[in-house]
Amino acid sequence: MRRPRFPRIGRRSTSPEPAAPPTPRADRFTVQDLLVEVSHGIGGHTGRLVMTTLGTVLGIGSLVVTIGFAQTAAGQLSRQFDAVAATQAVISPATTRSMNGTETPNARLPWDAPDRVERLAGVERAGLIGEVPIGEQQITAVPINDPSAPEVLSPTLLATSDGLLDAVRGTVVTGRYFDAGHETRGDRVAVLGARAAEKLGLNRVDSQPSIFIGERPYAVIGIVDEVQRRPDLLDSVIVPLATARADFGLVAAEELQVHIAPGAGALVAEQAPVALDPNAPENFDVEAPRSGSELQENVQADINVVFLVLGVIALLAGGLGIANVTLLSVSERTGEIGLRRALGATRRDIAAQFMVESVIIGLLGGLIGAAVGVFAVVAVALVQQWTPIIDLPMVFGAALLGALVGLGAGAFPARKAARIEPIAALRGGV
Amino acid sequence: MSRAAPVVELVDVTRSFPGPPEVRALKSVDLTIERGDYLSIVGPSGSGKSTLLNVLGLLDRPTVGEYRLDGVSTGELDEEQRAGLRARTIGFVFQAFHLLPRRTVLDNVLLATLYSGVPRVERMSRATAALERVGLGHRMGFLPTTLSGGERQRVAVARAVIASPQLILADEPTGNLDQHTSDEVMDLFEELNDDGLTLVVITHDAATADRAARSIRIADGRVSEP
Repeated sequence: MRRPRFPRIGRRSTSPEPAAPPTPRADRFTVQDLLVEVSHGIGGHTGRLVMTTLGTVLGIGSLVVTIGFAQTAAGQLSRQFDAVAATQAVISPATTRSMNGTETPNARLPWDAPDRVERLAGVERAGLIGEVPIGEQQITAVPINDPSAPEVLSPTLLATSDGLLDAVRGTVVTGRYFDAGHETRGDRVAVLGARAAEKLGLNRVDSQPSIFIGERPYAVIGIVDEVQRRPDLLDSVIVPLATARADFGLVAAEELQVHIAPGAGALVAEQAPVALDPNAPENFDVEAPRSGSELQENVQADINVVFLVLGVIALLAGGLGIANVTLLSVSERTGEIGLRRALGATRRDIAAQFMVESVIIGLLGGLIGAAVGVFAVVAVALVQQWTPIIDLPMVFGAALLGALVGLGAGAFPARKAARIEPIAALRGGV
Repeated sequence: MSRAAPVVELVDVTRSFPGPPEVRALKSVDLTIERGDYLSIVGPSGSGKSTLLNVLGLLDRPTVGEYRLDGVSTGELDEEQRAGLRARTIGFVFQAFHLLPRRTVLDNVLLATLYSGVPRVERMSRATAALERVGLGHRMGFLPTTLSGGERQRVAVARAVIASPQLILADEPTGNLDQHTSDEVMDLFEELNDDGLTLVVITHDAATADRAARSIRIADGRVSEP
């Protein structure tokens, strides 16, 4: 870069007739100079500046408030949603409806399905569950065949893998749930749902009571209650899958209950079928919660439209305001423009000055508007005792949008300023 | 070397404004201003004075003819080059002073350094020196609106000389001043001229014109040198 030295008066040395004079660039109207000039231009009229930014402040403010409220409300809604719903997925084999109306599953859930699925990211715990057909056999606490006793509806028999209780977030009231060991060995153990236990007259397991399914005795090792899914567990007698396979010839489990991490629904829905059967993932249906952001978007979409339109209108008005005031400023400062041109400013320098002024006014309005919007959201959330949720990039984006409005608004006045002829401009005063 | 070349060389310059009716404000003007000249241009209003000033100041282009400024032929320069040349070569002083009312005296003087490429490190010292030179070292932080007319014009002179121009173009510099301050400002101009600065004063005031070493008259677009 050339940094020409400016010789003292009368000592200038240039070649006799250069085709074009050297144009000094080094320190000629740098960005720093531009910003200083702009700051003086803007700072000159404080009152007017306030009025000018007001439209942008309103526009950006209403946008931020609208989006901020939508986000806060969405956060509030998803908080009120059943927390379990967001973290539970159910995978079952896809079914085909046959000619006679019965639905037959296309595939079987593999017995090691919990292991396969638990390896996926976002899966906390998985457990298979299936109802075991026991036909005419009765489930009783004592193997007494009393022909005079009224026939009672015996509890259903369910078979689960060891992880199911965690997967449906049940609690053990007393005793324990069976574990992988019982599962592997096919032990004749059973866990009772709380209501089934009541029906069978059992409330303690420390004396190692037995129940009879048909003729076979099963050791009751625990009673469970308060499951979040599959409430039928509470009315059932639960045995390990392996036991059900060995004793009752269970063919396949009905479904896989999966406890997932919040927000992992979409991911699990996509990956679990592949993990279960890489060759035919389409054979499995996954009921997984939609991800939080999708939910939020939906809620936002409902709330936003009207307010967004209002915000955009306010923003347009703000842009027009900026354009108007900048135009006014250009015609007021015609003399100054002429002077600057006489002092060597190019049209581009002049245009840049007014352009940047307008952008900064817009940015200022955007920043103030965004701040006001954030405060409004926080204040209302505080009063309503909500948790304010505001997307920070959105806030900064809104502030930048103000600058963009300024840019658009400044284009015409800047063009007009650049077209001012110095001769005409210098006729008037500054 | 350009030292030999005249600062201003107008060769057969005509400036006409398209009509109707077409107005020829300058008619075949030939004018050479040597380095260090002190020239006054007088003429009644409507004589083409302002047009000549605009042409000389690169604010307007001649319709016909050639204008060499500081040895540079200006005809082929684009707007940007003309602006650059103007910033480095010419210092303007206007009748209405043209000081920015909301900026301090110092800022007003510094304004001329923005576009002329004066190195940033030199700007402040040059501005201070220029203001000292015109006797306003004690007014740097003042706003122009608080100054007297003579002081304002001296600020304008300081602004005109800060970028070390080859030529000062003064357009009715004393038009808004009383006799006493006019003399002060003209004294200042003459001091600058004594230092070697080329000075062109456009005026309709005979007394001011007579102070110049060389005086030309313009009437009806034609220049005559008595």
